[in-house]
Amino acid sequence: MMVLVSYDVSTLDRAGARRLRRVAKVCQNHGQRVQYSVFECLVDPAQWTQMRQQLIEIIDDEQDSLRFYFLGANWRKRVEHVGAKEAIDMEGPLIL
Amino acid sequence: MRKMLNTLYVTTQGAYLHKEGETVVVQVDKENKLRLPVITLSSIVCFGNVLCSPFLLGHCAENDVAVSFMTEYGRFLARVQGPVSGNVLLRREQYRRADCDRSSAELARMFVLGKVANARTILQRGLRDHGAKAPAEGLDQACRQLAHYSKRLLQEDDLESIRGVEGRTARDYFDQFDSLIVTRKQDFVFSGRNRRPPRDRVNCLLSFVYALLYHDTRSALETVGLDPAVGFLHRDRPGRLSLALDLMEEFRPFLADRLVLSLINLGQVKNKGFEVTASGAVRMDDETRKTVLVAYQKRKQEEIEHPFLQEKIPVGMLVFAQAQLLSRYLRSDLDAYPPFLWR
Repeated sequence: MMVLVSYDVSTLDRAGARRLRRVAKVCQNHGQRVQYSVFECLVDPAQWTQMRQQLIEIIDDEQDSLRFYFLGANWRKRVEHVGAKEAIDMEGPLIL
Repeated sequence: MRKMLNTLYVTTQGAYLHKEGETVVVQVDKENKLRLPVITLSSIVCFGNVLCSPFLLGHCAENDVAVSFMTEYGRFLARVQGPVSGNVLLRREQYRRADCDRSSAELARMFVLGKVANARTILQRGLRDHGAKAPAEGLDQACRQLAHYSKRLLQEDDLESIRGVEGRTARDYFDQFDSLIVTRKQDFVFSGRNRRPPRDRVNCLLSFVYALLYHDTRSALETVGLDPAVGFLHRDRPGRLSLALDLMEEFRPFLADRLVLSLINLGQVKNKGFEVTASGAVRMDDETRKTVLVAYQKRKQEEIEHPFLQEKIPVGMLVFAQAQLLSRYLRSDLDAYPPFLWR
């Protein structure tokens, strides 16, 4: 399934900057960065549970927030891209 | 059934692949071209001068990502394999049956049966789709010949005669293969199988696609815990993955041959996409290779109903399904191995 993860991590102090890096890393390990703090993750339910838990443990719920959008398996119909930095299709042929 | 994961093909010469966190990063000229989470991949295939960092190789081995290295032209060179996994009891049973002539013959028969039936379907389709253009008599004759072979196979229980039937099928089938090529006849002539090196464009395409299929079959067998090197139809030989070759038989016509035919007939590959070296070997250029890879990946994503499992699965998962059925048969959960028969 496709999950869109977006986050807002406060970077007022050094601990915040650290959280931001860690959140980004977890997202990167599971999906593709499509905009600065927006990731598209193609995960199965088990991977998703794990990823979600990791993210929740990293953030500080007083200052940061996470938003998950569940796009399901037929996500292609629900996504349209306009402009630069087109994302790669992770399910399509990967040839470089 | 597990999810079909993607395969990363790297054909850019001088590319460098390394691990960052749990992602694969492809670098070309010091610039990051692609970053992918390892969990989305089932294998990586590198063509020619492509470097992989040792950490990435280790990580792939741990996560069941098959990494294979090919020459620029698709000849298999090496693969990286993690610790042996899977069930030792299953593998022992596989060896026991491979040592026994009767059990080997029983399985070999099914593999060949799958191949003959699927080859016949190719010819029949050819007859139906462009019977008017092609020399229909030859095709029709060959179809009947193959039907005859598949009946005969059911009576054979001697390994040598099964191999004999397999050889004759291949000859009759490839004799007709040229008449299935209906466009660009002057550029794509097929006058029999040749390899190492392939000496015409059609053989060049066939060899390349077979190499891709070989890679996929091997991964499928390893995933279910079978030893790809110990076969039933093919004899053991160092460096050869006989069971992968066995399991490939039923897929050669359906996956590989048909792909090559449509690439040619639909004009997706062009005459000038190939080069002939001084020694007479024919090679494809980067562009053509990419076209073939894209077509192969696309084909694997199409869905088809598995005739035995009666379940809709992507074409790319068929080899996995067959490997699984094979292991079920070896565990005696199934009375016979059902080859993949394409309708």
